[in-house]
Amino acid sequence: MTSEAQAAAPVPVTKSTGHRLGITGREWRNLAIAAVLFALAAVVPLVGSGYVQSIAISIAIYTALATSWMLFSGPTNYISLATAAFFGSGMYIVAGGLDLAPYPVLVLLAGVAGALFAAVVGLATLRISGVYFVIFSLGLAELVRQIITWLQHVLGTMSGLYVYVDRSEEMFFWQLLALTAVVYLVGWWIGRSRLGFALRIIGNDELVAVHCGINTARAKVILFVISSTFAAIAGALVAPRWSYVEPTIAFSPFLSFQVVIMALLGGVHRLWGPLLGVIPFTLLWELISANFPAQTTLLLGAAFLLIVYFIPNGVVGLIEDALRQRGEWLKSLRLLLVRRSRDA
Amino acid sequence: MDIIIIGLLLGATYALMAMGLQLQYGVARIMNLANGEMLIAGAFGTFWFYTASNASPFYALIGVIPLAFAVNWAIYRVLIVPLVRRARNQGQLEVDCILATFGLSFILVGILLAVFGGEYLSYSYLARPIFILGEPYGLNRVAAFIGSLVLCLGLYLWLHRTRPGLALRAVSVNPAAAGLVSINVTRASALAFALGGAVTAAGGVLLSMFLTFDASLGVVFTLKALIIVILGGVSDIRGAILAAFILGLAETTVASLVDPGLTLAAAYLLFMAILLVRPEGLLGRRSS
Amino acid sequence: MRRRELLKYGAATTVAASFGQRIARAADPSVIKFGVVGPKTGPLAPGAAVTHFPNFKLWAYEINQRGGLKLKDGMHKVELIEYDDRTQPPETIKAVERLATVDKVDFIMPVYATGFNLAVAPIYAKYNYPLVTQACVTDQMDQLIKRYPNIFFVQGSTTSFAQAAIDILKKLKDDKQIGNKVAVVNVADDFGIELANAGRPIFKKAGFDIVYDKSYPLGTQDLAPVVKAAKAANPDAFVAWSYPPDTFGLAEQAKIEGLNVKAYYSAVATAFPGFYQKFGPAAENVLGAGGIKDTPEIRAYYKAHKEATGVDADYWGSPFYYSLLQMITQSIEGVGSMDLKAITAYLKSHTFKTIVGELDIRNQKLDKFYTVGQWQNGFFNAVAGVGFTDYSPVKLKTSWG
Repeated sequence: MTSEAQAAAPVPVTKSTGHRLGITGREWRNLAIAAVLFALAAVVPLVGSGYVQSIAISIAIYTALATSWMLFSGPTNYISLATAAFFGSGMYIVAGGLDLAPYPVLVLLAGVAGALFAAVVGLATLRISGVYFVIFSLGLAELVRQIITWLQHVLGTMSGLYVYVDRSEEMFFWQLLALTAVVYLVGWWIGRSRLGFALRIIGNDELVAVHCGINTARAKVILFVISSTFAAIAGALVAPRWSYVEPTIAFSPFLSFQVVIMALLGGVHRLWGPLLGVIPFTLLWELISANFPAQTTLLLGAAFLLIVYFIPNGVVGLIEDALRQRGEWLKSLRLLLVRRSRDA
Repeated sequence: MDIIIIGLLLGATYALMAMGLQLQYGVARIMNLANGEMLIAGAFGTFWFYTASNASPFYALIGVIPLAFAVNWAIYRVLIVPLVRRARNQGQLEVDCILATFGLSFILVGILLAVFGGEYLSYSYLARPIFILGEPYGLNRVAAFIGSLVLCLGLYLWLHRTRPGLALRAVSVNPAAAGLVSINVTRASALAFALGGAVTAAGGVLLSMFLTFDASLGVVFTLKALIIVILGGVSDIRGAILAAFILGLAETTVASLVDPGLTLAAAYLLFMAILLVRPEGLLGRRSS
Repeated sequence: MRRRELLKYGAATTVAASFGQRIARAADPSVIKFGVVGPKTGPLAPGAAVTHFPNFKLWAYEINQRGGLKLKDGMHKVELIEYDDRTQPPETIKAVERLATVDKVDFIMPVYATGFNLAVAPIYAKYNYPLVTQACVTDQMDQLIKRYPNIFFVQGSTTSFAQAAIDILKKLKDDKQIGNKVAVVNVADDFGIELANAGRPIFKKAGFDIVYDKSYPLGTQDLAPVVKAAKAANPDAFVAWSYPPDTFGLAEQAKIEGLNVKAYYSAVATAFPGFYQKFGPAAENVLGAGGIKDTPEIRAYYKAHKEATGVDADYWGSPFYYSLLQMITQSIEGVGSMDLKAITAYLKSHTFKTIVGELDIRNQKLDKFYTVGQWQNGFFNAVAGVGFTDYSPVKLKTSWG
């Protein structure tokens, strides 16, 4: 899976140079590299065992969720805990509609529903910021869950819904990988569009943005909609893998937290940041779960604390520090050599 | 009438869950996601105490409060202070705290699991009716209600009538300015954090008389407490208490008059509606 | 800085120690490895801590005490490899895959709870492990059996549980021991909703008048309004399709409110030993899901369970869980090797002698199980079931003591 990490790494987010057509040579090259590496990632399930596949699927799910989360929360600094609300809605649309429409249609429908839902919520919550927004979004997921459960009771349907769509493990992975690729493309496109530029200004100082004539509300809502649509589609894609959907599992607040935490651990100011959180995080958790079955939770917590204290700026920060240090080291080496040669 | 009384009893329960977090978040500015585990620890401690000695759970408070205070003080000094020191701004601190206390909550769950096991723990104490205006209510709930009132009142008076309380309020308004008037901000924050932990654990002691707990349940209480604290407006303990009672009354009203199935939905709806009208919570101040 | 070093050193030693343990336990090739996955943390953990994990522990202990499993090539000790899925389906899936492809265990025990068993069913099928589900109650057994040749169900359908509880009330009503007014509440989650929906038409058909019928959310902290309203409807019987925390909460509230119905039923967790420990004599004559026949074998089982695991077994799933393990043991020893397909075939073609009696799972569904129990003198006696013949008589609830 490290191939994926490298895949994303060179995609530039902030480059938006004078080329009218937009895409520079360097960007073409990076896109090509990303495409090749995505293709490499796509081979993983063909060569790996079932266990490797299940890890790869986990990574793909969380990469898609964390990256789409970061599309909204990265530039705006709004920490949203509503991922589960959209993810769960997507699951339920698939689970509830399987008798009525073919699966691919439902996946699209989940996306549309997620977008509409997010637009309404986004428009309503604009006034709320900071920690109030964090908890508000958390309340949103719980509210949706409560309403769905209550509706099931009133309508007399079953609580757990069975989702049987015949898909091989590979297919699950490829679907999620494709979703991740779309998330990256959209993220990349936003980064180089006027919208992305506006968002960076908002993220730095909202007041300045307003004075520049940017419609901050519109920009934020658009981003929230994009980000939530992906979460809903991810839910729709995962539903058949879980076979059985129930509210407590589909709307688990833990999912929202995990997505936020993985993204923050990676870094939210680079498109490839969340990926660098998801991969090491998933592997580390896997290592702990596999080796310490009796104290999994305790050690997960401990590992977590160590990460927070020793990698304060996320994995991206770690890498950037290392790059900078290498740069400085090279510079001093060059200085030294120059001085040597001059002395000689 | 009984709707109001049941609502007040439930409100007191919620106040017990939320007051500790209010101190930790409102004053010490630490969004403590491990708050619920502290409550569970208090409840488990009481369970253990009650089954071992068969003495009133109220006596457990004598041990639980100082112990929780010490543990939380230590948590603040060891885990939180480095984060406060390195944070460049409030936003950074908030993110770091979310991450760190999230990890901490896992550790605490792991410890609780190892010490007490994973089963449901509950015991029966004062589970008999007390008649108020001719209607029966659980005596244990009424006892917890009184305990909750004593705690609320005590905290309020302490914050508003004593010098350390004044210092805490100053820190909660503006830590930088508080530092300028020779308040030891780190000390005051540690005090608030430890006190918050102690109050939460005391809440666990009282709640254990009528709720059933297990080691993984902490997150449920953390979420409820977060919602109440935010609803109240983070900076004022009166806001949290008010919010707790509003939620208690609202949930009971919906449960009795509309449909019990919608109680939590109503609570969240109310929470969101209030935030939409007052984005800083009930008694919150607009941040500068 | 020194604190950091200490932390690092501490973590490193723990890691090293545990790896050492792991390598050591994998060393003996004659040991037969059994995989166990279940929630040690998360919402389902407390149930699993009573019903799921301890039984496996007891079973492995007993098998090793008697020298191991008897295969064609001699006696083999058994070893459990346990993983915590933290009540998250992706973790369950990963853990089962890990057992199958990394640990290469010889057998995988069922996972805990309906949704999780269904989520891993395709994986068990892929690797041919028999999936003898437990704590898995569904109305779609036949479809699932058609789908998975290796799946086995040992509990009845949701409908059969609702049916059995209502049949008991109907009999009391027909004998003129109670009236026809019943108050029904349910937890708005999973099994609670399904039972409520299955129960409604059955109540009607049995001639009951449902005077109160509401749900309440999972995790409701105050059930006073629910019980008060139910009491106000003046029912003759009270039925709660409830889940663990609220099963306790409802009983306590019913006691406080003086909800003195002659028949009081609450679903999941009434069979937990903790229920009687909490309420003592007040729990007498409370009806609930599960139940078990009081026999010397069963008494011995409870004693052994407590001694080997330190936990009290419950009066519903636990003894059946153990019976399942007896069936699996007999199948493995009957086949004489760890040939998974042969073991599945053996399960499908034999009957088994277990602590709960002679069991038959040949058409992938267990032929008998208990559905309703009642606390009588501190024991949760079976008063109804499917396939058994001998049930304790139902008693009326006189008061909450």
